[in-house]
Amino acid sequence: MTHVLRVVEPGLFTTIQDLGRPNAITSGVPPGGAMDRFAHSAANLLVGNDAGAATLECTLSGPRLQAERSCLVAVTGASFGLLVNGESAPAWNGIFLSRGDQLSFGQRRRGARAYIALAGGIAGDRWLGSLSTSVLAARGGMHGRILVAGDLIAGAGDPARPVVSGRELDSALLPDYESGLLHAVPGPHWKRLGPDARQSFFGAFFTVSRDADRMGYRLDGPRLDAAGDELLSFGLTFGAVQVTPSGQPILLMADHQTAGGYPVIATVVTASLPIAAQLVPGAPLRFAEITLEQAQRLRRNRLAALASLSR
Amino acid sequence: MPAPRSTAKVRIHPLGDAALLAELGTRLDTALNTRAIALAAALKKRRDVRLAIAGYASVTVHFDPEQTTLEALGAAITRLAAKRPPLEEPGRLHRIPVSYDGPDIGAVAARLGLTPQSIAELHSRPIYRVFLVGFVPGWAYLGPLPEELELPRLHVPRTQVPAGSVAIAGRQTGIYPLATPGGWHLIGRTSLKLFLPDSDPPCLFRAGDRVKFFASQI
Repeated sequence: MTHVLRVVEPGLFTTIQDLGRPNAITSGVPPGGAMDRFAHSAANLLVGNDAGAATLECTLSGPRLQAERSCLVAVTGASFGLLVNGESAPAWNGIFLSRGDQLSFGQRRRGARAYIALAGGIAGDRWLGSLSTSVLAARGGMHGRILVAGDLIAGAGDPARPVVSGRELDSALLPDYESGLLHAVPGPHWKRLGPDARQSFFGAFFTVSRDADRMGYRLDGPRLDAAGDELLSFGLTFGAVQVTPSGQPILLMADHQTAGGYPVIATVVTASLPIAAQLVPGAPLRFAEITLEQAQRLRRNRLAALASLSR
Repeated sequence: MPAPRSTAKVRIHPLGDAALLAELGTRLDTALNTRAIALAAALKKRRDVRLAIAGYASVTVHFDPEQTTLEALGAAITRLAAKRPPLEEPGRLHRIPVSYDGPDIGAVAARLGLTPQSIAELHSRPIYRVFLVGFVPGWAYLGPLPEELELPRLHVPRTQVPAGSVAIAGRQTGIYPLATPGGWHLIGRTSLKLFLPDSDPPCLFRAGDRVKFFASQI
């Protein structure tokens, strides 16, 4: 395997992620995968990969990487002030690096997670059908752990499409990352909320608490009391909003627990999950009710935006 | 004419735009769980279904919204659920050695008016069913627990429960596969490994398996 990038500084929490291992849910293993699948897929398409190739997911701060050989990369998602050899460089764009070039980041400006794709895809340990890093199980990706200085990143193979730099995504096609607006559909246990709590959920502002990671975000805001008996445990999904017995909502994210018995009052729709993935602790957000038809339309818009990159 | 099936109607709830929850009932019941597992198995064969996960008495279905809709798939699920489930083969039987010396055994005995010895006897008497594997890797919800051992969960969950702890809560029992937070009463421990990350599937138990505990000094 050919080493392409050397990790000079790893960043705060950088992991290898692809689209996860959904089939492992029946063994209680979190599905994992990139939190912001729009940015992850776009990064891959910008360098000629299939959308599901592995990328680096960089949380709150980015790494410093040195090219060991010439390569094509793209950086998408959060804006951490992308630099190539210390000079500002465009995100959402294919960039050629020559041997010795350094890719790094300045100040975080917006968002929580940046994605770095490499033409040909990033290699890693495959576990239960996916290269995604599961820190909980210490498997997948870079030996089941976050990147550390000195790690060598190898390419997985040849890209699916011709390697050309300068592919870019029209910024009008990006999700409205700064809106903090999450579209959601009422969930199986919506009716357990009283009228006041229903009004609060779709209307009031919530804040991402400090207890927010790849498993899920606990949200601060109005208390949402759910009535009724304890539920029997059932299978959970990325985007489900549970409420705890103390009335606190939890938004489940990519590494969510696979089953649970807290009421699910709503589910964030596919098209809004990238926006959720870019929220940092302290960020305000609100939920807006949407019909399944509207959700379908938004999801297709996202797919069309990604399709514009593979033409 | 065959007799009408006495199955209550399935309730279909959306879980966003690409998943749904099909609820067969709300009771902890072996027959309901058998139906849920059979329904999940039937749904996995459909091209518009990406994933079907049986719960205690429900199935969570991830579907391809380009191939179907909530209404169309919901109608198909209602038809499938009305069919008599195929006769379930008895699940694999696991015999699990337990040392009944967990940190809560004294408190549990006191609350139930029993001795630690009788708790061990009551807990190791039934053959439990694996209702559901999930929550954390390798965790299995086992039951039903004898009524004499029924207790609500701890008021204040522990922040760290040691791996291998054998625990009870409500009409359920289980074994913590990893060191995690937990709110169940710890009555014993086992050295058996439940999460097997280098096997596929990576856990010892599967939904529908049977589990028998036996007292052992480990």
